[in-house]
Amino acid sequence: MALAALMLIGLYYQPFWTISMSAPQYPEGIGMHIHIDNVTGHNRHDLQSINTLNHYIGMAEIHKEDFWEFDVMPWVFGFLIAFGLLAAVLGSTKMVITWLALMVILGVAGFIDFYMWGYEYGHNLSPDAPIKVPGMSYQPPLLGCKQLLNINACSWPYIGSIFIGLSVMLAGGVIWLEKFKSNRPN
Amino acid sequence: MNNNKSNTLRGLLFGAGFIAVAAFIFTGCPSQQSMLDSRDAAEKVYVAPGEHDEYYGFFSGGYSGQLSVWGLPSARFLKVIPVFSQDPETGYGYSEETKPLLMTSYGFIPWDDSHHPHISQTDGDADGRWIYINANNTPRIARIDLQTFETKEILELPNTGGNHASSFVTSNSEYVIGATRFSIPYEMDLDVPIDSYSEEFRGALSFIALDPETGMMEMDFQILVPPYNYDLGRAGKGPSSDWVFFTTYNTEEAHTLLEVNASRNDKDYVAAINWKRAAELVRNGAGETMSAEYYHNYYEGNQGIAINVVKDQVTVLTPEDGQNFIYFMPTPKSPHGVDIDPSGEYIVAGGKLATVIPVHSFSRMLDAIENERFEGHVEGIPILDYDATIIGEVENPGLGPLHTEFDGRGYAYTSVYISSEIVKWSLETFEVVDRIDAYYSIGHLMITGGDTRNPDARYLVGLTKTAKDRYLPTGPKQNHPAQLYDISGDRMQLLLDFPTIGEPHYAQAIRADIVTPNVKQIYEMEENDHPHALLRVADNRIERDGDTVRVYMSSTRSHFRPDNIEGVRVGDTVYIHLTNLEQEWDVVHGIAIKGANNSEILVAPGQTKTMKWEPTRTGIFPFYCTAFCSALHQEMQGYIRVSAADSDVALTWSTGGN
Repeated sequence: MALAALMLIGLYYQPFWTISMSAPQYPEGIGMHIHIDNVTGHNRHDLQSINTLNHYIGMAEIHKEDFWEFDVMPWVFGFLIAFGLLAAVLGSTKMVITWLALMVILGVAGFIDFYMWGYEYGHNLSPDAPIKVPGMSYQPPLLGCKQLLNINACSWPYIGSIFIGLSVMLAGGVIWLEKFKSNRPN
Repeated sequence: MNNNKSNTLRGLLFGAGFIAVAAFIFTGCPSQQSMLDSRDAAEKVYVAPGEHDEYYGFFSGGYSGQLSVWGLPSARFLKVIPVFSQDPETGYGYSEETKPLLMTSYGFIPWDDSHHPHISQTDGDADGRWIYINANNTPRIARIDLQTFETKEILELPNTGGNHASSFVTSNSEYVIGATRFSIPYEMDLDVPIDSYSEEFRGALSFIALDPETGMMEMDFQILVPPYNYDLGRAGKGPSSDWVFFTTYNTEEAHTLLEVNASRNDKDYVAAINWKRAAELVRNGAGETMSAEYYHNYYEGNQGIAINVVKDQVTVLTPEDGQNFIYFMPTPKSPHGVDIDPSGEYIVAGGKLATVIPVHSFSRMLDAIENERFEGHVEGIPILDYDATIIGEVENPGLGPLHTEFDGRGYAYTSVYISSEIVKWSLETFEVVDRIDAYYSIGHLMITGGDTRNPDARYLVGLTKTAKDRYLPTGPKQNHPAQLYDISGDRMQLLLDFPTIGEPHYAQAIRADIVTPNVKQIYEMEENDHPHALLRVADNRIERDGDTVRVYMSSTRSHFRPDNIEGVRVGDTVYIHLTNLEQEWDVVHGIAIKGANNSEILVAPGQTKTMKWEPTRTGIFPFYCTAFCSALHQEMQGYIRVSAADSDVALTWSTGGN
């Protein structure tokens, strides 16, 4: 269980989500990485370019400072790591189950939050936008790819999510082993 | 009767059949063959759309003053790099930042004649960091940075006439050389009769030291030599890498009608100079400091503005007996090129009026020097015995051999001007083994990766002087051509024939993978130290200081900030400092103002460039982005209101919000 908790430390170093975009003019691709505390471009200046392009359709600019999530997430994961370690030290299966449930709840909450941001970002367009396509909104996909005008946008988990996945699997494994042990007649 | 008739008929039929067979033999086969050759050639130069060529070719623009960049073998035209001539396409020589590059001790010069691009070298191989190129008319050398493909530095050569034997680098880029083609009085601005030529005129050979880290040039010393025409030069390689060689013609010291008067001697000289020894002599105080005036123009730091540093003296070394750093090798006749093979042993001169190609041996030259096999002296310079240095004479090379390059496999390729061909000959037997036509009147030739210790020897490019009927006609003056040959086999094969810019005088080609990893995509805004840069959009503003108005303007897709400007007056000098805030590859903005006596100014991502504008009339002056930057490029425009000199319209600026 300690390993499961420690896995999450990887999130402080690697982005857990990526949005990649391709368009005829961007053969090299352009995109952003989402970290637990930041959003960055695939390449150094991608975010600036994305904001420049998006102003044509009236999307808000993306700036790290505008996301309260980036302030909260490092603490949330810090808590999860501490909680997980405590569970390991105490050897409490119940705590592990609680931990896993928390992870699942937070994961679902995260997806809902991400969807809501995407909805807001893609629908709340500036009335001054130079390019207006009737009926068109630009909500990025939650998972998978979507064609938005000339841009094909893809949204996928990234390296950091592997840590989350492994962590959840380890925790699940711990619970399963403990159950298996306790069910065994002795 | 019947029989006779049928015999006649048979005879006629037989005759017709014979002609048909003969026609097939003599014409049918060759045309099929040439079809096969064409297909073969087309395949060899085909580079699929979106794929990249294997080599960069850098072709000088000759009288265009520029340097053009090509992909080889496809002969895709990539770019013109402006060097010695103003370029209204980019604003080079028109923007305030680049104008200082074209300053000389004679003032601002908008043009020159660029001849010999030479790539910087490490251990005798091209390293792809910089290209040096000479200006022939007002003697200068420029340095082009191959990270940005831009001219970064120009150094004027003092007391020099016609810097043609330039800008060749030594094998570790210790020096780049320059020389006088048209001897002149060495003393600055000396006013003497032209017929005092032999007494008053001299040649100067320049040795410009290069900084190993930055490639920056510094005039180290000049060697004062007799008043001949110093035509071309090359540095040695390997064992001869401490030496440079110059050809001379006009050892007759003629100053009029040279075509006759400078063609009288059977032999002129190849000057061999031990630059290391000469530099040592200078370090030990053998040189003399003489007054001179010359400009050194370069960019300092990341300000992006070229500056002028005016130098007022130069160290001059005059050869004296016993100094042992310079020798003349007699060479037939009015030699033009002097080229050193990859091993550094063979010194090949192109005797443009000679009937043979003379080949000197470097090791024999050293022996001759050691054994003092001199046939005379001229102005303190020993003349070596011809028989002591010569190792071969290539017979039957065609008429007017000029330049030679090498494939590193034991063969040399010499361009032959008058008979318009390339001859391939063996460095072992000194015999011609192959020859192929050039279209027409070939000057220089170059081999991919050439003039190094390890040529790539896949392709050869011939640089020719007239196109005549080769392409669709374009009037009395046509662009000069180049031809690409495959030299990987025993026989040379013509692959392509294409027009270029200006006069492609000399060229070099380097494997692209040496250059491309270092090529920049943008200028980093964080590194923009331009004193008038606009680092943040919010800082856009206008400042007036007397009659000087400075507009701090930004460009991003698809607007300028500010784009409405009022309060400019007739008589003002307006500087538009345009910062392109984009940080995306190839997203370029430009600016042009109606009525401005200037070119457009293009600004690369992350750069700041300045347009100087002196409005002479009142009115409303539209300005717009000249680079098709985005979908709303047509909307990227603005207005400047110019009021009368005595008006009191306040200086205001705005963008949007109205």
